[in-house]
Amino acid sequence: MLNLQPYADPTYFLYLLAALVPLAIGLYFGKRFVTYEILVSLAFIFLIFDEGHYINQGIALIGYSIWQFFLVWGYITYRKKANKAWVFYLAAFLSILPIILVRISGTGLFKPQLSLFGFLGISYLTFRSVGMIIETRDGVTHDFNPIMFLRFMLFMPTLSSGPIDRYSRFAKDAAVAPERSRYIELLGEATKKLFLGFVYKFILSYYFGEIIYPYFQNQAMSDAHHGMLLSWWLIPVAYSYGMYLFFDFAGYSLFALAISYVMGIESPINFNKPYGSKNIKEFWNRWHMSLSFWFRDFVFMRFVFLFLKNKWIKNRNTVSTIAYFVNMLTMGLWHGLTWFYIVYGLMHATGMAVNDAWIRFKRKHKDKIPHNKFTEAFAVVLTFHFVILTFLVFCGFLDTFWFHR
Amino acid sequence: MDVKAGVLEVLNNIIGEDMADQMDENLFDSGLLDSMATVELLLELEGRFGIQAPVSEFNREDWDTANKIIAKVESLMG
Repeated sequence: MLNLQPYADPTYFLYLLAALVPLAIGLYFGKRFVTYEILVSLAFIFLIFDEGHYINQGIALIGYSIWQFFLVWGYITYRKKANKAWVFYLAAFLSILPIILVRISGTGLFKPQLSLFGFLGISYLTFRSVGMIIETRDGVTHDFNPIMFLRFMLFMPTLSSGPIDRYSRFAKDAAVAPERSRYIELLGEATKKLFLGFVYKFILSYYFGEIIYPYFQNQAMSDAHHGMLLSWWLIPVAYSYGMYLFFDFAGYSLFALAISYVMGIESPINFNKPYGSKNIKEFWNRWHMSLSFWFRDFVFMRFVFLFLKNKWIKNRNTVSTIAYFVNMLTMGLWHGLTWFYIVYGLMHATGMAVNDAWIRFKRKHKDKIPHNKFTEAFAVVLTFHFVILTFLVFCGFLDTFWFHR
Repeated sequence: MDVKAGVLEVLNNIIGEDMADQMDENLFDSGLLDSMATVELLLELEGRFGIQAPVSEFNREDWDTANKIIAKVESLMG
């Protein structure tokens, strides 16, 4: 039977784009064929999960969608009448419960029973439903529209790895067809992104990920087999992984955006020259942006708001430092329950706190600290190397290098 | 109360800069406002004008200049 993993190879695009032609023609003439859009989405989701071990994942996805459907519906219905904090926290907790179970089962604690709940895309779908519950709490979303909910939750182009959209934004695009002139621009953008994505994903990411990165890993492992605790080869491992990760993920995001645009949905962009950032906070404004903005708005800012409003801690710098750790640690845990994701989160939180301290120091000593082209270039180089170091932790190779020799 | 003067005073308290002659300067691009300062701004505006601005769906594009903040505050005051 035909099985199609999203954006896995060039033929996938032939099938998908062919299926989207009627939708595109409709959009060009100012009509959005909602039923057809849903059918295409469902068909391509079905084709991800229709074979072998994927079938369990497909069933988990259906169960997950039903769970979130009733949860969000229930919370929106409740919120119309009342607005108790504990109900909100309970609803948010129940919404992230599936991913918590999947993460715990992933560590091997309950593997045989619970890995059942996992499926491709669960990490990303969680943001969609929790985001809706938070938007409802804040009065941004008022009504439950079952069809729109399902179109949002099961929006196929971004199902497996983002970019992460927000319901209130998505619903605005999805309710209408774009203006014709805008839609023509979107098709042009989509074409550009598609071809850049091919270069990133099928050429550069392949080269770095399949050839260079494994080569340096092997070299490092031969040092490990000689009992060494560190190896010079870890340096090129880190750089090649950093390059691979960027081109793979940015390429994937370009595909997802291109397909979204063809469907007349302007999903948010995900990467904006991250390796040119001058500091670590700027890096997170340019790297996996839809994720870091989600965390910024739904974790960091809410946390800071709660603390400042209730005056639990007076010192603003202390509050923001704690919030960085909460934010980045949550982000690390979201990737999975392993020591290297946790350390990765801690490293980034530390980087942000140090960056803030440096900015305060610089402001105080404005006249003594130079600021010019060279210091900026130095800042870019420094930030890049810090990030590469955190990616060496993130990639998990150190786990193999040290503990699975 | 004069909304414009009030907003400018709040902004001045938080970012340490008088925006009166740069009402259309982008506060986020110029690095004057970050997430932390934004929350402080919302809390100050809430205290002073009695408005509720949802922190989660705070859309930066609607709040990125002094002029836009004033317009937002006025519309939230109804």
